Amino acid sequence: MASITIDEKLCKGCGLCANACPKKVISLSEHKMNANGYLVAEAVNPQNCIGCAFCAIMCPDLAITVEK
Amino acid sequence: MKVFEKTKMLTDVHMHYCPGCTHGIVHRIVAESIEELGLEEKCIGIAPVGCAVFAYNYFNCDMQEAAHGRAPAVATGIKRCLPDRTVFVYQGDGDLASIGMAESVHAAARGEKFTVIFINNSIYGMTGGQMAPTTLIGQKATTCQGGRDPAVNGYPIRMCELLSTLDAPYYIERVSTQDVRHVLAAKKAIKKALKFQSEGRGYTFIEVLVSCPTNWHMKPVDALRFMAEECTKTFPLGVFRDKSAEEGNAHA
Repeated sequence: MASITIDEKLCKGCGLCANACPKKVISLSEHKMNANGYLVAEAVNPQNCIGCAFCAIMCPDLAITVEK
Repeated sequence: MKVFEKTKMLTDVHMHYCPGCTHGIVHRIVAESIEELGLEEKCIGIAPVGCAVFAYNYFNCDMQEAAHGRAPAVATGIKRCLPDRTVFVYQGDGDLASIGMAESVHAAARGEKFTVIFINNSIYGMTGGQMAPTTLIGQKATTCQGGRDPAVNGYPIRMCELLSTLDAPYYIERVSTQDVRHVLAAKKAIKKALKFQSEGRGYTFIEVLVSCPTNWHMKPVDALRFMAEECTKTFPLGVFRDKSAEEGNAHA
């Protein structure tokens, strides 16, 4: 089963991953903040992940690892 | 099985770029291209002055910092002394098209055998959003607050078109980072350019359109949309020079 892992330390909450995801797996958290003060991206619908890696391709901070 | 993980050609240092800046994507595709071509041990990068000034902290290969705009001159020296190395120059638009215009054009005219990665975000990012030579007509910047007016500020410079008037460049292409499809195309172009260089073919120049959400005063996703809709009108994507195709036709 495909899954993504988001490194919250690296995430800057830009939302490019959520925008690129065709299955709406990722969403920006409304309250979860990392040490840098960014509202991080979260896999809210992980069961929908198809492992296309679009999120990782668009992530400027290389915070996402994709497994299949 | 891992479908996507970080390339070993990038270090574990956290990038300092603003949220949503697609500089990080370009770093990744350059690093992945070097790794996939097996050039890790033979690669030397030249960092510019500008947003990417700390590129030497991020790339896991030999890096050299150059004075503002002088990266092609430094690359010329390195490549001529060490012709078996793969040398890439990573420059922004203020660095390459403004202060470093002379070095860039002359390196291209001489046909120096290195690769230039030109990051075009149509603004001076690091210094706080001043007008760059590539700022679009009507685009606002701190030094043209009503929008760029051609009567006062002149017109944007198109580097790919300018360099393609020269005889020496081997490969010139403009790519974008506006969505997944264009990022994949950008990687293909950069890999092709580095491959041509490793084969000793000649000067290769890849212009990458990049967003600057901070200084464009947009959300990151809106900045990508602006890049897709507006920047590509002034800076059309495509291949401007490909001597390998010309050589192919000559042989056919």
